[in-house]
Amino acid sequence: MTDIAAGSVSRPPAAQTGVVGWLRQNLFSNWFNCALTFLALYVIVVGGKALVDWALLDATFVGTFEDCRKGTGACWAVVAEKRHFMLFGTYPYEEAWRPAAATALFIVTLLVSTRRSLWGRPLMIGWIASFIVMGVLMRGGVLGLTPVTTENWGGLPLTLMLSSIGIIAAFPLGLVLALGRRSTMPIIKALSVAFIELVRGVPLISVLFMASVMFPLFLPEGVTIDKLLRAQVGIIMFAAAYIAEAVRGGLQAVPKGQFEAADALGLSYWKSMRLIILPQALRIVIPPLVGIFIGMFKDTSLVLIIGLYDLLNAVRTSINDPNWRAFGTEAYIFAAAVFFVFCYFMSKYSQYLERLLAAGRNR
Amino acid sequence: MVDQPFIQLNRVNKWYGEFHVLRDISLSVAKGERIVICGPSGSGKSTMIRCINRLEEHQQGQIFVEGIELTNDVKNVDAIRREVGMVFQSFNLFPHLTVLENLTLAPIWVKQMPKAEAEDIAMTYLKRVQIPEQAHKYPGQLSGGQQQRVAIARSLCMNPKVMLFDEPTSALDPEMIKEVLDVMVELAESGMTMLVVTHEMGFARTVADRVIFMDRGEIVEEDTPEEFFTHPKSDRTKLFLSQILGH
Repeated sequence: MTDIAAGSVSRPPAAQTGVVGWLRQNLFSNWFNCALTFLALYVIVVGGKALVDWALLDATFVGTFEDCRKGTGACWAVVAEKRHFMLFGTYPYEEAWRPAAATALFIVTLLVSTRRSLWGRPLMIGWIASFIVMGVLMRGGVLGLTPVTTENWGGLPLTLMLSSIGIIAAFPLGLVLALGRRSTMPIIKALSVAFIELVRGVPLISVLFMASVMFPLFLPEGVTIDKLLRAQVGIIMFAAAYIAEAVRGGLQAVPKGQFEAADALGLSYWKSMRLIILPQALRIVIPPLVGIFIGMFKDTSLVLIIGLYDLLNAVRTSINDPNWRAFGTEAYIFAAAVFFVFCYFMSKYSQYLERLLAAGRNR
Repeated sequence: MVDQPFIQLNRVNKWYGEFHVLRDISLSVAKGERIVICGPSGSGKSTMIRCINRLEEHQQGQIFVEGIELTNDVKNVDAIRREVGMVFQSFNLFPHLTVLENLTLAPIWVKQMPKAEAEDIAMTYLKRVQIPEQAHKYPGQLSGGQQQRVAIARSLCMNPKVMLFDEPTSALDPEMIKEVLDVMVELAESGMTMLVVTHEMGFARTVADRVIFMDRGEIVEEDTPEEFFTHPKSDRTKLFLSQILGH
């Protein structure tokens, strides 16, 4: 206390702060922890060395399958060798630039959309234009492009399209369902509840299966709907039901006073939802919503059940080649890496969004 | 037709389930009148004023605002809500919008006012409640008293003919009550028709034309502040006054 009175600044003992303090507290606080620390260090060094040897030092990056068999490390050459099938599935080899361009366009549009200052109608039109250009690139048949049927679409562009269109279309549908479930009108409420519970009650795989196998049975003779489109509709319905429940949680978290204030100012139901309630509800549910989006992105792999080649299924099929079959691990690691990049991006971006939208709300 | 009452309640009844919260409430308020409503908690004061802009529905009787009857007709409800401003105990500012956006939202979206005009009006009212410098902050960055003054300004931006106050100072720290009451006194002096549910008896004395005492869903007593505070007639009023003025 005399220190304070004298005006000098007192500090905690050096042994409890800084790097030394941290190490002491967390790693070496008693003999048992010391032992654990050294054991863990040993495992990390040995395991890490083995991993680095396999994945980098002893790996074959270029070459034939024979080179790979001679080597003791990973065979990354499989990715280079099978890149077309892994990324684009059964899309014609000589037209590879088209799915590549479509994917690039998608990624550019996505990156542009991350800028909040650009949000608005022009961006929405930009997205629609991007999807149209992507569709033209993939499908062909105009502008001198060779037609390619949706049967042959596959790989990364298929995964990106199914999941992004799925999420974009499911989101408004999910909002409507969430509002419907909270509606005071009994029929609308019942329909929303029925849809949500029915769709959530079955696995996605069975929705896809029904869309592909059973749905055509109900169509009149001669009418066919594209298999890809049916899968897409299945994914949208499925995502919408989950989004609806997440959003409903957000709606319930908005205080009653906000609804009353909006009413008292004379705002109509839709205006108060759009301007007051949903902006607050959606901010609250960013974490579960992004969880759903990431889940949807990965779940598109299930379209393999109806014979579509999404990224994962394309990778799986590409190593059916007997020469390269031994190097499935490397191929799957590649697929995992591609999925990880997109999922990690979504996760990080959602954290950024949360911080952005929290601005000014906390003191 | 000289003095058609601005607000009229005829034998209004309301129940929450089995609980009879409003019993045969009849009340008429003339234009420009300032009325303070007090009473013990659970006496139905808030429910009564919330019925006037239909945040609560009454189940029996009639409510007229400016000659328009409140019914299930959405058009009538909207018309009445445009004339009636409301200030809540818990402010209910929109936390995701700046102060200025809070004020301009309803004029722009309900009255289709151009943004620039709405902002001019908003700044005028922010000056009137003494906080123009906070226009670009978010509600969460303001003190309770400042938030309540913003809420009053927000209501005024819709140019209402009557203002309802539902315990506007009950959620405030003592040192902030005065700044809100000052704004309300100034508003009363400007001739606004006001119905104020409050326990601020000082405010009632200086501003009110009439004080209404409610207990158990009924209007027990109704008088000028002078008479009400010096010669309360009913025993329930006397008890209430002794409880809140006793210390």
